[in-house]
Amino acid sequence: MSAPHPVTTVDLAETPLRDLNRTLHQARQGSFRVLNPRGAHAVACGIDADIAVEVHGSVGYYCAGMHQKGSVYVDGNASTGLAENIMSGTVRITGSATMSAGATGHGGLVVIEGNAGARCGISLKGADIVVGGNVGHMSAFMAQAGNLVVLGDAGADLGDSVYEANMYVRGEVESLGADAIAKDLRPEHARTLAGLLAAAGMEADPWDFKRYGSARSLYNFHIDDIDAELARRAG
Amino acid sequence: MCGIVGLFLKTERFQSRLGELTASMLHEMRDRGPDSAGFAVYDQGRAETTRITVLAEGQRPDWSRTGADLEDVLEAEVSVRPIRDHAVLETAGDGSRARQWLIDNSPELDVLSYGSQIEIYKAVGDPDLVAINYDLRSRSGTHALAHTRMATESAVTTNGSHPFATGADTCLVHNGSLSNYNWLRTRLERQGEIFQTENDSEVAAGYLAWRLREGDSLKQALELALVALDGFFTFAIGIEDGFAILRDPIACKPAIVAETDDWVAMSSEYRAITHLPDSGHATVWEPAPGVIYTWTRAA
Repeated sequence: MSAPHPVTTVDLAETPLRDLNRTLHQARQGSFRVLNPRGAHAVACGIDADIAVEVHGSVGYYCAGMHQKGSVYVDGNASTGLAENIMSGTVRITGSATMSAGATGHGGLVVIEGNAGARCGISLKGADIVVGGNVGHMSAFMAQAGNLVVLGDAGADLGDSVYEANMYVRGEVESLGADAIAKDLRPEHARTLAGLLAAAGMEADPWDFKRYGSARSLYNFHIDDIDAELARRAG
Repeated sequence: MCGIVGLFLKTERFQSRLGELTASMLHEMRDRGPDSAGFAVYDQGRAETTRITVLAEGQRPDWSRTGADLEDVLEAEVSVRPIRDHAVLETAGDGSRARQWLIDNSPELDVLSYGSQIEIYKAVGDPDLVAINYDLRSRSGTHALAHTRMATESAVTTNGSHPFATGADTCLVHNGSLSNYNWLRTRLERQGEIFQTENDSEVAAGYLAWRLREGDSLKQALELALVALDGFFTFAIGIEDGFAILRDPIACKPAIVAETDDWVAMSSEYRAITHLPDSGHATVWEPAPGVIYTWTRAA
């Protein structure tokens, strides 16, 4: 990570969390190093500028929540709601994340080098999530747009009630959720996947993945008697 | 919400610091449950005696009278050690009989625990004050559980606080809520379990106590509990020489586990674990839904 500006170090053993987040919210540029997070919640939450934040140690809930533009790098693990509602920019952790990582993300890239727990990418709305290991049950639940890439295995009920998000899994899928199905991996998908893997810095062959998505039978109305309906509309 | 912590020491190295380490974990979970708190300590007591921890909330009971009455019932000596509104009664007599007699004959008392290893303390109010008032920090021992409560299923009262124990040396702390506990309580009462509260978590403790009394291993009891208990839960469970963690299959309630050569710790949140010695080198993982994790002290 290049550091065009001097790196500002904030030690959470000495500095209150609110002071850190206020500093990050006021910054328009620069790099920040955060020490001793000790599982604190909401570390580097609400960033909305092109700044780079490196956190050394494991973080609690909602780290890098509502993230925009900049980058957050965590050398450690993250608890519930990592990068929840991310809008743009990147969030990367070297360890594992517990529940609901990347939940409701609209844009940007979330990279989890280890495993992600249950409900990874729940209600995803356009962000991309790349997980180096496994994801837990009910991942991509009701995901609407975006991509969930899993280099390991996926837990039970992957993609339950999914809309138009894509799920790419290299390993085993314990089970698919309601209305989720395996789909063909076509060249355009392989290109997308290759781009995501490159952006995440992960080496894998896109053609080793399977693609999953929506059967589109839950969120479209099935009209039992289509001829009668068409006749009615024709008046 | 609620916060739960459990610490099981695998070696003797930190046994003299059990209470201090548990208090530091409890402190981090204050935000999750400011209503009330409680803790259980297992301290390698003598196997031939039983301790019964009793609560007399808001009263000044005549503990020596309680002890003397119990001596007559048990036909054994009973020593009494009062601690604020709690007292620890120690006897070589039958602990189960003592519990039942106290519940039947001293309605002003709550029997919090009995067994050769366990003591339980609980109170309404700031979890840190509960730890101070009942001197958690000075306690040594092999394992401990603690809980900070944000009440959902029953009122903010001391006897609705965790940990819950109905059987010998068996207790649990619970984050979540059960939905079939009234039905299950009735069923367990038919099996001879005695309950003292309207609380859902006490029913879960009673279920485990019943299964263990029937001869199940802790793992077997928890396998059955996964079927019998309807609702959502993360449990930390202590028995005389063991420790367990169980989450329901949906796993809405958080849990994190860390393990070193010397200890296993679980908590609702990782920050409770960061104060433990060598936690930076611990193996950390999120317990999987519906999977039983147990640790037993090597005999």
